Amino acid sequence: MEEEIELKTAPADFRFPTTNQTRHCFTRYIEFHRSSCRCTTAKGEESNDCERFAKYYRALCPGEWVEKWNEQRESGTFPGPL
Amino acid sequence: MIVLKWLFLTISPCDAAEPWQLGSQDAATPIMQGIIDLHHDIFFFLILILVFVLWILVRALWHFHYKKNAIPQRIVHGTTIEILRTIFPSIISMFIAIPSFALLYSMDEVVVDPAITIKAIGHQWYRTYEYSDYNSSDEQSLTFDSYMIPEEDLELGQSRLLEVDNRVVVPAKTHLRIIVTSADVPHSWAVPSSGVKCDAVPGRLNQISILVQREGVYYGQCSEICGTNHAFTPIVVEAVPRKDYGSRVSNQLIPQTGEA
Repeated sequence: MEEEIELKTAPADFRFPTTNQTRHCFTRYIEFHRSSCRCTTAKGEESNDCERFAKYYRALCPGEWVEKWNEQRESGTFPGPL
Repeated sequence: MIVLKWLFLTISPCDAAEPWQLGSQDAATPIMQGIIDLHHDIFFFLILILVFVLWILVRALWHFHYKKNAIPQRIVHGTTIEILRTIFPSIISMFIAIPSFALLYSMDEVVVDPAITIKAIGHQWYRTYEYSDYNSSDEQSLTFDSYMIPEEDLELGQSRLLEVDNRVVVPAKTHLRIIVTSADVPHSWAVPSSGVKCDAVPGRLNQISILVQREGVYYGQCSEICGTNHAFTPIVVEAVPRKDYGSRVSNQLIPQTGEA
């Protein structure tokens, strides 16, 4: 068991300075699932910014929201600019 | 036993509601300390104004009593007193406004990136907490529900209507980001000793930044009417030393903690 876990999470984003972080979570989710990031099967998951976006949206967005959006993406009804 | 209990209550900090409590709970965050200090600043001027107004009122009632003084003076205006009674309240208002705005804007400033994000999701009638900073896939690494312990299951020394089965464990002296939302109806996540009250609105993520300065257990209650058990959804935050945080969180729910 590690004694000191490195404590790291999604940083404060200056694009979303207010209390309402709904758009922040949504934006991070879209940034990760955009088509440019989705071609990670060739590059591998541990490359570059895409994995960082994934950590950010997982930290910010409730699990239920992420599941719902994943289902919507799979059925093609996701209401966002992917 | 009773004597010991009273001694203990007076030594330990007040982080939960006490019977017949008049003042605030003890501060555990800089925000709460700022709120308490602002309260003291304003209270001074409040007492000044109260005493002054009461004195003038009593004096007017005494000297203008209809039996003692049948003909009241008919004063129409006096420029000097009118100027003074405009300037003085403006100055007092300024003395109240300066610390008030200073606190208000400093509360909103996010200077340091938070180290941890914890999601507090309100349900009818329990809370779910998610710690998802470390999962490498879309499944949560740590999610648990927090139900109030019913009165018949309480142990000696525990508080009625305030205890929960799973507490929110946070590291002390660490900048936290708490994201508050709801899965059904509006709730509110409130912990008075941390100076936090944040509405949990379905479909919206509200962010609050806190820095808990001392270890301890802090109690709060749901602060937005949410149905029949609104009074029975408390919140308990346990701040542990930073080095113990890792082991506490991973021991919290062994079956549910997935390997990241």
